[in-house]
Amino acid sequence: MTFSPETEARFAKLLQSYPPGRQRSAMIPMLLYGQDEVGHVSDELIEEVARRVGVTPLQVNEVLTYYSMLHKKPMGKYHVQICTNISCLLWDGDKLWEQACQKLGVGHKEVTADGRISLEEVECIGACSWAPAIQVNYEFHHFVTPEQLDRLLEGLRKQ
Amino acid sequence: MLYNEPSPLETRILSRRFGMPNSASIETYLATNGYEAFTKAAGMKPEQIIEEVKISNLRGRGGAGFPTGMKWSFVPRNSPKPKYIVVNADESEPGTCKDRLLMEYDPHELIEGVLIAGLAVDAHAGWIYIRGEYRYLIEIMDQAIGEAYKKGWLGKNIQGTGFDFELYTHTGAGAYECGEESALLESLEGKRGVPRIRPPFPAVVGAFQCPTVLNNVETYCAVPPIILGGGKAFADLGVPKAGGTKLTCLTGHINNPGVYELTLGFPVMKMINDVGGGMRNGKKLKAFIPGGSSCPVLTGAECEGATMDYDSMAARKSMLGSGGVVVMDEDTCMVKAALRIMRFYAHESCGWCIPCREGTAWLRKLLTRVHEGGGTRADIDLIGDVSRNMLGRTFCPLGDAASLPTTSIVEKFRQEFEDHLNGRPCPFESSRHMVSV
Repeated sequence: MTFSPETEARFAKLLQSYPPGRQRSAMIPMLLYGQDEVGHVSDELIEEVARRVGVTPLQVNEVLTYYSMLHKKPMGKYHVQICTNISCLLWDGDKLWEQACQKLGVGHKEVTADGRISLEEVECIGACSWAPAIQVNYEFHHFVTPEQLDRLLEGLRKQ
Repeated sequence: MLYNEPSPLETRILSRRFGMPNSASIETYLATNGYEAFTKAAGMKPEQIIEEVKISNLRGRGGAGFPTGMKWSFVPRNSPKPKYIVVNADESEPGTCKDRLLMEYDPHELIEGVLIAGLAVDAHAGWIYIRGEYRYLIEIMDQAIGEAYKKGWLGKNIQGTGFDFELYTHTGAGAYECGEESALLESLEGKRGVPRIRPPFPAVVGAFQCPTVLNNVETYCAVPPIILGGGKAFADLGVPKAGGTKLTCLTGHINNPGVYELTLGFPVMKMINDVGGGMRNGKKLKAFIPGGSSCPVLTGAECEGATMDYDSMAARKSMLGSGGVVVMDEDTCMVKAALRIMRFYAHESCGWCIPCREGTAWLRKLLTRVHEGGGTRADIDLIGDVSRNMLGRTFCPLGDAASLPTTSIVEKFRQEFEDHLNGRPCPFESSRHMVSV
């Protein structure tokens, strides 16, 4: 399996970032960066990462199911993550979540039929003072109003 | 651009570069006393560095509040193993969003703090474990680390001192539990983030089975100002037994939510009214979380006379925690608040030990039933009972973190639970949305 030159360079750097014999440490970062490129953690990606860090695919599987950002199913091109944890809840983050579900007709960890947008109700993303907060892939949106959410989702549909 | 306007009531020590043009660049850093603390520390004996940190009364800023100088002194200097520095940048305690700003606006301050910790315990390599959601901060830190290598502030023989240090970033991939120190170390080693049995503590057996200093981002960032200005000057900013300032994240029902650097011992009501601009829509203060959702909740009345420091919060049977302040007004349903907090802990419990795995799941079910109007009086007692019985009976503090807010909310707001019984709808709102996580 080959990756973009950028990802390959990152993988090479990761494999040198830990003490000798500790390359397994690169596994989780490699899965996340690999997922960014592939779209999800595919069986092929699992096997490739296992081979490169020197463990079995089973060992990779065992670890990856622990981490909520690693998805074995493809998510949308735009993964919309809405925080409803306490600080966002107090600024109606739960209502933003309902609004997004209604508008897109999908629920938690589901993808629109065209594969463009997926939704996830997430735990605290570290934007509590600028609530309610949303992340689209890795991009933060703060102080999100219902109107802004509407426009954002419209934009993602067309992009 | 800053996320929120600074307040004139702040004491900006760690955040003094926030808002400067190109504040994250090494040029700005060097032009504003950057890396001078390292140069000074390189001329000190390791014991002197640790002593200065002890004098500063700096306590861990991640939530536990353990004295930093003491933690560093536990590292066995004569160990034949390499020693390591690990930065906990897995900021994920609900209500907390401060380490983000330190890394975004002043990444070199963190690097310098790490280097000084390295000098103090004879460590020559370190990792910054950054939560996966903070991808842009990994890019900022990598950029800053690259600049530091290029200008000779990282790598071999730093500035001719003979001291070597290699620093790396490491991304998490979504797990609150990895903010717990021993689970973080497991995760750093490429495993599930399950806590380790202690002792041995990380100072003796930490990353890769080697002695390790592990602190929060803010703790390391406090070290350069302590070394430059002296431990005593830092201690004098705070209160006895807790020196310096704390980056405090004001969240919830206030007019000016934001992150503000306040001296330890800052009065709670002054913080809400004068720093935070008062309660939103002029409502009354009902409940207050001092430092992240793991802390016992205070009532509005308990906030009178309280100050933001370890002792004042301990006297009210709560904790200063991580600096994630959550302010709730009179229209907040405390059953819903307790439920949302419990949903979080049930989702994040690693499942390793039974009291936490089962306790959080049962509490989530019980709180859901009460909030939906299907509960009985016995359920309310059971919620209190299960949460009290989790306390102190789990491998790691996640069980306590789930127990403490729940116990305090049931005790202090029992009437609200009663108001939900007998099929009655939530008195605060008709919406019955139940989170799916």
